Amino acid sequence: MLEIKNLHARIAEDEAEILRGIDLTVNPGEVHAVMGPNGSGKSTLSYILAGKEDYEITEGEILFNGENMLDMEPDERAAAGMFLAFQYPIEIPGVATMEFLKTALNAQRKARGEDPLSIPDFMKTVKAKAADLNISMDMLKRPLNVGFSGGEKKRSEILQMSLLEPKLCVLDETDSGLDIDALRIVSEGVNKLRSPERAMVVITHYQRLLDHIVPDVVHVLSRGKIVKTGDKALALELEKNGYADYVDAAA
Amino acid sequence: MPAVQETIDQVKAIDVDQYKYGFVTEIESEKGAKGLSEETVRFLSAKKDEPEWMTEWRLDALRRFKTMLEPSWARVSYPDIDFDELYYWAAPKSVEGPKSLDEVDPELLATYEKLGIPLAEQEILAGVEPKNRVAVDAVFDSVSVVTTFKEELKKAGVIFCSISEAVREYPDLVKKYLGSVVPVTDNFYATLNSAVFSDGSFVYVPEGVRCPMELSTYFRINEQNTGQFERTLIIAEKGSYVSYLEGCTAPQRDENQLHAAVVELVALDDAEIKYSTVQNWYPGDKDGKGGIYNFVTKRGDCRGRNSKISWTQVETGSAITWKYPSCILRGDNSRGEFYSIAVSNGHQQVDSGTKMIHLGKNTSSRIISKGISAGVSQNTYRGLVSAHRKASNARNFTQCDSLLIGQDCGAHTVPYIESKNASAVFEHEATTSKISDDQMFYCLQRGLSEEEAVALIVNGFVKDVIQQLPMEFAVEAQKLISISLEGSVG
Amino acid sequence: MNANTTITHTQGETQLMARFETVREELAGSVSVDALRSAAAAQLRQAGLPHRRVEEYKYSDLRAFMKSAAPLATPSAAPDIEAALSALDSYGDLERHRIVIANGSYRAEFSDAAALAEDGVTVADFSAALTADDGAQLLATPRTAGQDGLLALNTAFVQGGVVVDVRAGTTVSKPIEIVHVATSEGAQVTRCRIAVGEGAGLRLLETFTGDMGSGELNAVFDYAVGDRAKLASTRLIAGAAAGPRLLTTIATIGADAEFKSLGFIAGPGFARNQQFVNFTGEHSDAKIYGVSMARGTSLADQTLIVDHAVPHCNSREYFKTVLDDSARGVYQGRINVAPHAQKTDGEMMTQALLLSEEAEMANKPELEIFADDVVCAHGATSGQIDEELLFYLRARGIPEDEAQTLLIMAFLSEAIEEFDEEDVTEVLEARVRDWLAVKN
Repeated sequence: MLEIKNLHARIAEDEAEILRGIDLTVNPGEVHAVMGPNGSGKSTLSYILAGKEDYEITEGEILFNGENMLDMEPDERAAAGMFLAFQYPIEIPGVATMEFLKTALNAQRKARGEDPLSIPDFMKTVKAKAADLNISMDMLKRPLNVGFSGGEKKRSEILQMSLLEPKLCVLDETDSGLDIDALRIVSEGVNKLRSPERAMVVITHYQRLLDHIVPDVVHVLSRGKIVKTGDKALALELEKNGYADYVDAAA
Repeated sequence: MPAVQETIDQVKAIDVDQYKYGFVTEIESEKGAKGLSEETVRFLSAKKDEPEWMTEWRLDALRRFKTMLEPSWARVSYPDIDFDELYYWAAPKSVEGPKSLDEVDPELLATYEKLGIPLAEQEILAGVEPKNRVAVDAVFDSVSVVTTFKEELKKAGVIFCSISEAVREYPDLVKKYLGSVVPVTDNFYATLNSAVFSDGSFVYVPEGVRCPMELSTYFRINEQNTGQFERTLIIAEKGSYVSYLEGCTAPQRDENQLHAAVVELVALDDAEIKYSTVQNWYPGDKDGKGGIYNFVTKRGDCRGRNSKISWTQVETGSAITWKYPSCILRGDNSRGEFYSIAVSNGHQQVDSGTKMIHLGKNTSSRIISKGISAGVSQNTYRGLVSAHRKASNARNFTQCDSLLIGQDCGAHTVPYIESKNASAVFEHEATTSKISDDQMFYCLQRGLSEEEAVALIVNGFVKDVIQQLPMEFAVEAQKLISISLEGSVG
Repeated sequence: MNANTTITHTQGETQLMARFETVREELAGSVSVDALRSAAAAQLRQAGLPHRRVEEYKYSDLRAFMKSAAPLATPSAAPDIEAALSALDSYGDLERHRIVIANGSYRAEFSDAAALAEDGVTVADFSAALTADDGAQLLATPRTAGQDGLLALNTAFVQGGVVVDVRAGTTVSKPIEIVHVATSEGAQVTRCRIAVGEGAGLRLLETFTGDMGSGELNAVFDYAVGDRAKLASTRLIAGAAAGPRLLTTIATIGADAEFKSLGFIAGPGFARNQQFVNFTGEHSDAKIYGVSMARGTSLADQTLIVDHAVPHCNSREYFKTVLDDSARGVYQGRINVAPHAQKTDGEMMTQALLLSEEAEMANKPELEIFADDVVCAHGATSGQIDEELLFYLRARGIPEDEAQTLLIMAFLSEAIEEFDEEDVTEVLEARVRDWLAVKN
């Protein structure tokens, strides 16, 4: 589903190189964890997948279901099924969460040539999915992410993910800022979405999230490169020994 | 947001340069002589069959006008207006005196239908009252062509008619209140209006009456080279309530047209007036050719204790907008509100804001202003909040936000905050920014197109003000804003 | 308006015109300086002193205040200067170099020019510099000032001052204090040009605390802050004065530079501190602070325009005003962002405390923005001391007067502390305490 080949990227403004040759293949049904120390390029990878303009691709390619993803605009990628759960979800004052969900869903449906969902159908779907994530109607009426707690923001991201039913989910440090209970709710939400047709890339600093969302493959990212790939045991090893070995390995 | 998708579709369906209301009604019209003179004033006063005192009032204003200079402090620029090249009177020939609905020229009825203005009076059928009924006074060039629901309103004691009719039928009320809020010599354009005002609405709500329906006036400029000088006067007696809405459009013409209105509101003890405007005069084309010059003096006098006046405006049209709906908070415990959305695109110039003059004790005011500039437009908020010596415990809160779309437009904020009373507490906040890249990216990541994302974020930006509008106009206003911003992205 | 129309002159204006004719021959300057002086005088003759119908002077009507104009002050005798300096109360025992301007003229014999030279700073007499061929460039006015009346008044009559140059790369070891003293009646009109060379650093202290008599004080400080240079200036306006005190800052800021200023007004009478701050290089910061305290019938006016003419600059404007009796406070601040001055970050705040029923505050914080990728904001508040806070303090046993003092101190200190010049902070906070003590 996702093929990243020899991806090199830098920050457009100051030309600082962040990614230095990433190779990663994710097949439908798989959950890949990308772990790494701070500054290793994890968030950059997620932004590049979503199409943020601040980065410049200097080498390599990204194929999404065989199509060149780098040629697509961010909204085209979203409509094609690429979803990024942001590490820091953005606040949009004055726009109720519910309105936002409906606008996004119908925009994607339209891009795919589908009819917009009727209001009753939409409400029913949202309510059911929101209940699973312990999101109240009251929260849905509030402006998107404005005044949400850290946990509420992350749950709102997962709600959007479940509603938009993407093919590829990229979760950027979804565990950051969550307490144990919130982590469990969010993870359950994510696990519900695991399916043979859907792939996930879970970006995280800590192993604890992977206790809840058990990955098929674990990669270690350091200084812009994947330096080791293994199964879930690799995550446990990292938890015990830290990243020090890999930081050196990449140098 | 129900309106977003609709807005997008609508935006896509029209060209950048297309103003939906730009058609001209082909109707035989009678014009007065060109130019501003005593003859012009006498002619139009006679046309309106006005009593002598009204004619004299006008002539006095004209004499004073001739001694005044056009103000230059606003951030707007335009070529000199030659007041002698304008017509001050134009009326469809078919209109003579007040009419009932079935006597109105079908061509005019068709015009209003095309503009989406309901002129029909829905009957109350089998005791089922239709919801959201609105009484309309329709002003076409210099005359009111019809006022609906007059009889029904009269039953409640509410007078709703054209100002011309009021001058004839209710001279005592008009004499008592006309010019009592905006004095004849208040400013250049108000004085001009006092001399040559053509038509507008008159509303009188008696003591203790809650006006049973929304009142509205719809202004249409049709004739070429004709100024429209509307005059509106609303009086809310003790303990009464009225909500009034005005709308306006004009055909697309290459020349600029002048609109100089005066609106006066008087609220007595415990009375409340809610005045909403959706201003959509022709803004000119994409090269800045044509468009209405809109110079408006609107002022409300909270004359009584516990009275309240609330202005809400959505300003999307006009080549030039010069407008400061204000409140004089004279009565103790009175309250003034100003909610404004001003959108400028293309070559539009907006200089608008409010004045909150705190005179009485425990008076309070609230200002929420949202300016959106795009294209090569200039958008200025100009406001005054002042507490006079005796205005103990006056309170004001002002929030003034500007949003810039594109790098060639300007957004300016010019507040004057004057406190002459120590117990007055004033708070003012203002911000200026563009739509943040992060917000845009977030929306795009969720699959919205750039245009959809801008519409969504802008709708969020103006929400606090939209909420102040009567329900049925809120959706309309939202659409209008997005249409006005068409072509500003990308 | 017809160019020939002139206004009816007030007595003050008539006296100013006469003064110009009297002193014109004696005033220093090259031929082109003389032409500038004449043009400025002509402007005054035509427009008069700035008055309330001039937008920038809406709340500070100098024309109405200056009912008469004293002659220019004549040179001081050395013993008088000595006496004035020994009586001077400015920055306590803060270590500093000193430059003395007495009755409008630079007095080298009372200044530390030699020590400054060792520290990389040259000091020259402004009036002498005006006679040089290129003297006229010392009187340049910024675009944002337009036809400002105070600057015209200064150009027409400027007697003297100093030209200070800080050599590139030099961080001056001690602050420089520029002291203005008056030893007799008469107007003082001065101008100082302070150039801080590339990568240099200077802390400047400006003192206007002595009695200035009945004539007007009109002082202009023209700062040129070079690339990567730093300038911090503190302006102290206090003490008695019957005439108006009119101060103007012109700051031109290069690239990657830092400019910081605090205008402290604690004087009776008519005081206006106006500043024109202009960014000319990218990635620079300006922090402009103001503290005004006024009582009696005084007027304290802080006016500024910060012109973001280039991208990537930040400015902060933070002003505090405390008013008692029937004093009036004025704040007029404008942030300009020129077309294409992207990534500008400007934030302005003005806050006023009114201690008496008769005090008046006028706030006019403006934004004028012609670029889209900016973050600009302003805020304004005015009101009286928070009764709940006062009650809380009293409930803890603090007497009302003391509680008030505490709260006013806290209010003003926010700006003083943010200015972040530690040794100066102490001096200024002591002044606030003294000012408050007078009341009690």
